[in-house]
Amino acid sequence: MSTQDRNSSKGANLRFYGIWISTAVVLLVLPRLFASGSSLTTFSLIGIAVIFALSYNILLGQTGMLSFGHAVYYGLGGFLAIHGMNLIAASKWPVPLPLVPLIGGFAGLTFALLLGWVSTRRSGTVFAMISLGLAELVGSSALILRSFFGGEAGVTANRTKLFRVFDLSFGPQVQIYYLVALWALIAAIAMYALTRTPLGRMCNAVRDNPERVQFVGYDPHVVRYIAFCFSGFFAGIAGALSAINFEIANSAYLGAAQSGIVLFAAYIGGIGLFFGPIIGAIFVTYLSLALSDLTSVWQLYFGLIFIAVVVFAPGGIAGVMMRHRPVLRAGRMGPVLRSYAVAALPTLALLAGCVLSIEVIVHHTVNATDDPHIRAFGMTFDTASPMTWLAAATLVLVGYAVARPAWTYVGHSFDEALIAARAKGYLA
Amino acid sequence: MLELIAISTLNGILFGMLLFLMASGLTVIFSMLGVLNFAHASFYMLGAFFGYQLSRWIGFWPALVIAPALAGCIGAAVERYGLRNVHKNGHVAELLFTFGLAFAIEEVVQMIWGKAPMDYRVPALLDFPAFTVFSTNYPAYKMFMLAVAVAIFVALLVVLKKTRIGMIVQAALTHPHMVGHLGHNVGRIFMTVFGFGTALAAVAGVIAGPALVTQSNMAGLLGPILFVVVVVGGLGSLPGAFIASLLIGLLQTFAVSINASLASVFGPLATSGPSLLSDIWNVSIAQIAPVLPYMLLVLILIFRPMGLLGTRES
Repeated sequence: MSTQDRNSSKGANLRFYGIWISTAVVLLVLPRLFASGSSLTTFSLIGIAVIFALSYNILLGQTGMLSFGHAVYYGLGGFLAIHGMNLIAASKWPVPLPLVPLIGGFAGLTFALLLGWVSTRRSGTVFAMISLGLAELVGSSALILRSFFGGEAGVTANRTKLFRVFDLSFGPQVQIYYLVALWALIAAIAMYALTRTPLGRMCNAVRDNPERVQFVGYDPHVVRYIAFCFSGFFAGIAGALSAINFEIANSAYLGAAQSGIVLFAAYIGGIGLFFGPIIGAIFVTYLSLALSDLTSVWQLYFGLIFIAVVVFAPGGIAGVMMRHRPVLRAGRMGPVLRSYAVAALPTLALLAGCVLSIEVIVHHTVNATDDPHIRAFGMTFDTASPMTWLAAATLVLVGYAVARPAWTYVGHSFDEALIAARAKGYLA
Repeated sequence: MLELIAISTLNGILFGMLLFLMASGLTVIFSMLGVLNFAHASFYMLGAFFGYQLSRWIGFWPALVIAPALAGCIGAAVERYGLRNVHKNGHVAELLFTFGLAFAIEEVVQMIWGKAPMDYRVPALLDFPAFTVFSTNYPAYKMFMLAVAVAIFVALLVVLKKTRIGMIVQAALTHPHMVGHLGHNVGRIFMTVFGFGTALAAVAGVIAGPALVTQSNMAGLLGPILFVVVVVGGLGSLPGAFIASLLIGLLQTFAVSINASLASVFGPLATSGPSLLSDIWNVSIAQIAPVLPYMLLVLILIFRPMGLLGTRES
């Protein structure tokens, strides 16, 4: 090994540990900067979503298995954690709350061991269908087995009644935030480490070329199964943390919506890179909290954002960011940024027109009897007047007409910059 | 007892035929494009809601023709401007696209019609009991549904097996490039088939709307069952889809009408208080009816992963 190699690996190591240590520092000081109750709750939810989305990406991004039923392991982890908390509190066992997520993790692992062998026989469409069927099976069972799942009401627990260490009661949200942050950091590091192991590499091989994996002497089915079990374990941890946060587990934990949201988060963030699902989880959680205050059809916007990502940016947010890396390193961002500035205005006009149209329609169909004035973009619109309709239509049509050539221009300038960057030797 | 069996059989065949109306389109689209269309049940829902709205404006009979045509046009547009662009990113992206579409369609339907069930009525012309089985009046509308489903099934079979169009479609399923070289516009064939498949699902929606509940969650309830049908029958096999549809239709309707549980057969458990065991012991077959299709799916996958009549596993 030459000195240069050693230095570069040292640099990589330094950068690697630096990222995790700085993340830990940021997590520590966040509550000092945003101390309000609502922001602490938001941070806790984001932390849970990050673990869940990363666990989902072990399946989709790393092993190439598209699951529509990942909430099963999340939900069962949550239920087992609630039952575990009640049992610990009732029998006065010396188990502190920070260890409870492990109960959820092992619950997720157990059910993944049980259901995984059948599911992972195939990847692709068949796996997707099986995961959907199993999710429906478990979700419907939740309403039948009332003693365990508590029917429609769910099962509750009191997180402050457990054995205390260092006199932490875990009543206040800030303590829960630190608990979630600690587990999110541990889980993220563990899952990142998993991608660096031979198993993680084999997962990628199974994703890319299962036939060749068989040739080399591995069984893709077994590799998929092991990945599935790890994924179930971390999903269970996320579910348990969610149960601790809300002190309740109900059938919504297992529902299709939960499976859908984690898929949205992982995919919008970008399944091709490790940090993609982290970005996606932050984005989706924050957006769902922010949008639900603003509009009654926030889920529609979610669906549209997701479709747009699938069509225009299959690499997700992280993928878009990484595509700029060679251009940035080659110092060719100038013309690209100029083209963005040109395209920004018509694109924003088009989006504003779409939003306005949707909101006007919603207003007419959902709350037609209310006051006909809606607020959007800080302005007030009268939905009854044809002027509003005309404005929305104009924004959409003119915006689209101007934006199309602008987008073509963006594509050209980006391609040129990328070619120039590659000519300089910056490939990624 | 005999009466129960007769009525359940009729209802089961009816539900099975409705499932097949949807599964046939889904299977043909899957064979062609290699994509399992997640939004297929959403077009069934669109059919039901269009049918409801149009039958309020212009009556049920015109709606029966226009609503599927509308839904089919939407489906063709989805294939032409959506799926075709996503196709280059692989099957996972296509599946995700249809998943997002299903999500968006449900939200749009909720946005326009709200969450409450619609007052979608049986047309007056068919609002009478057709015949009496023992003591139960069997509505004429259900017979009409059955007739429509069977007619479409027969027509589909004839078109696919006996006509030139069917021949081209079948050839495009297996050898799209060859069909293209022979001078057919494969893209247009795909678009037409996609539109036609979604229109079939919408027909099922229009005729099932008055009989079942027309509500914004109907796609979410039926979608997974539809996939169970396709997987159990064997991916890409039309006869398999037919058998699986009838099987699941009969299974569901018979299960709902049986009130037996382990407790009623073996007597109550000796233990006291509710527990997981007592839950399982006391649950009746009618209560687990919604779970049965998925149990069947898991069993099929364990013992015959390619499905009943399937030839390939993926």
